[in-house]
Amino acid sequence: MAIFRARRVLWRSFSTISSHPLRVCIVGSGPAGFYTAEKILKTHQGSQVDIIDRLPTPYGLVRSGVAPDHPETKNVINQFSRVAQNGRCSFFGNVALGSSISLVELQELYHVVVLAYGAESDRVVGIPGEDLKGVHSAREFVWWYNGHPDGRNLDPDLKNTDTAVILGQGNVALDVARILLRPTSELAITDIASHALTALEQSSIRKVYLVGRRGPVQAACTAKELREVLGIKDLYIHIKETDLKITPADEEEMKNSRIHRRIYELLSKAATAGPSQPSSGQRELHFVFFRQPDRFLESYDKKGYVSGVHLEKTGLKGIGSGKQIAIGTGQFENLSCGIVLKSIGYKSVPVDDLPFDNQKGVVPNVKGRVLSDNSGDPTSFENGLYVCGWLKRGPTGIIATNLYCAEETVASLSEDLELGVLASTTRLPKLGRDGLLQILDNRNVRVVPFSAWERIDKEEKRLGSLRNKPREKLTSREELLKVAGSE
Amino acid sequence: MLISRLCRVGFRVAKELSRGGYAYMSRSRYKQRHCSHYQWSTLELLPETRAFQGSIFQKHHGFSTLASDGASAGAMKRKERKFFLNKNIVLFGRISVTFVSKDGEEIPIQVPIGMSMLEAAHENVIELEGACEGSLACSTCHVRVMDMEYYNKLEDPVDEENDMLDLAFGLTETSRLGCQIVASPELDGICLAIPAASRNFSVDGPGYSPSFQCLFLSETAPAIADGTMKEFGG
Repeated sequence: MAIFRARRVLWRSFSTISSHPLRVCIVGSGPAGFYTAEKILKTHQGSQVDIIDRLPTPYGLVRSGVAPDHPETKNVINQFSRVAQNGRCSFFGNVALGSSISLVELQELYHVVVLAYGAESDRVVGIPGEDLKGVHSAREFVWWYNGHPDGRNLDPDLKNTDTAVILGQGNVALDVARILLRPTSELAITDIASHALTALEQSSIRKVYLVGRRGPVQAACTAKELREVLGIKDLYIHIKETDLKITPADEEEMKNSRIHRRIYELLSKAATAGPSQPSSGQRELHFVFFRQPDRFLESYDKKGYVSGVHLEKTGLKGIGSGKQIAIGTGQFENLSCGIVLKSIGYKSVPVDDLPFDNQKGVVPNVKGRVLSDNSGDPTSFENGLYVCGWLKRGPTGIIATNLYCAEETVASLSEDLELGVLASTTRLPKLGRDGLLQILDNRNVRVVPFSAWERIDKEEKRLGSLRNKPREKLTSREELLKVAGSE
Repeated sequence: MLISRLCRVGFRVAKELSRGGYAYMSRSRYKQRHCSHYQWSTLELLPETRAFQGSIFQKHHGFSTLASDGASAGAMKRKERKFFLNKNIVLFGRISVTFVSKDGEEIPIQVPIGMSMLEAAHENVIELEGACEGSLACSTCHVRVMDMEYYNKLEDPVDEENDMLDLAFGLTETSRLGCQIVASPELDGICLAIPAASRNFSVDGPGYSPSFQCLFLSETAPAIADGTMKEFGG
């Protein structure tokens, strides 16, 4: 075994190029960015990897997406910290692609640039009333309760109504439902942002509807999250038994998918398990299936505010390869509410000089190698430019999905290095880190290196300990930069 | 000093056993050594150990009987190996585990009883991811038990583990989370394959290479050889 290891080490050092180090810049410090960095550092022993992020804080959605009451899911931060602390790796926060430094400049400073900046926008439903007040994207709501600096001013009104409607039944939808319905005493000891905790403590929301276009067999959530929301203390769960009827096409779908089978079983059990009516004052969670939103209804009393959703009943239609889509039936009904959270998917944001597929919402690529355009011409690649994570695959999957995504992208990179595809750039040394910091300094960008993040981390933990929370997040850029800069 | 003591114990056991006798070790003479919080010592061990002391005796006799009956060389070798490994458990509180890496490389290690396979992999610098650090909040430590016989010896997964297995890539009938498999004497000789990190994993497998150790310890052919391993998509 020792001999095998030694052979592997030798192979790795020979796989690096010539006398100057391979300089890589990764844009985005979420799971995609860090798994890519880890893989590159391991595979290319001479490489120097810099990770930049537009926020002063690293870790992407692990910090700002994973729900506050899921602390174990955030344990992966320990692994990412070790990567950042590697001598050949540097983290630079508060550096935005586009405004702080352009893509072209990064390509001049580094041999390889990997874009892993995820998806910071939303799919739109595209129906009338979508810009009424009280209609928010779930992404913004999650940012708000997770203390993301760009989410702190959302200020959702949780006091004007007792009903919230969530469009979508994926894990983000379930997270949002759970945060709205969980006893706030349980949330008070998590790392939830304090402005959100205060708002939730004063919230009058007692009923939450999770609305899906299709049926329980097609629900996009996973078992852990569903089990958790069904298990909330003293919560009345309502699922229409007629919605649970399955067709042969449904059975076929479940036969091929363990996840969907187990989700359906959980929903079936929940439909018959509890009482048929809620007790007075009890909070309620309703699963609504086979309904798609037609338009958002405006309130008569409060102009410009949402008062409900006009829903169309749907039926399922097979479109081949075992998939079924929702088709409107022309029958409608209204669902009253004071707040709507759209949880129908994220979308990536394009940047200058970067090919972008607007329809799919991703950067066109083949196994992580960025294509020059959307034409689909597989031979025209952007030299030295790679992509990983949601920006590559679309906004689906779990943290671990990025592990495999990173492996694929780094395999493409390694292959390109070996075959000399990148020889024109790798032949020459690049300024890398020093060049980047010089330019940023000239532009008065306040870079937040990892050691400065560690100061923020320590301060958040300290503030948290005063309130029996694992941390108290600093939610404004100013506060974060102040603590980062202090000694 | 500890090592020399253990060696002396080892030699004594070997001597006694080779004579076809049963070496009784009094508890008072061999006290527990706390090298780590795992069971690293001789006979203050788990109750199972006593059964194993007995089984060593049985196996030894079985071996002699078989020899005189002219049984196959393979069967004799298997029993001989089992005998060797059981001594490991008795004396050192460890079991033998073989990891098969993504590249098909076999890595045999010793795992103290009570340690999880995830921890054991990390202690031996074996590449097994563990994003949530063993808290049942991810599926990155997914391993495949190569042998159905061993898979059946494991306790059934709890709901929480099944929820995570739903999300594992390349799930099979004998998939488990490495953080939930805890070393115990009956798992001695278990083979665990680390799935290749490929989203389109094919049924052919990541290059399982049959080896002496794995084959001999399995009573039934591993599922992978039959080609009956099903893909559980998600």
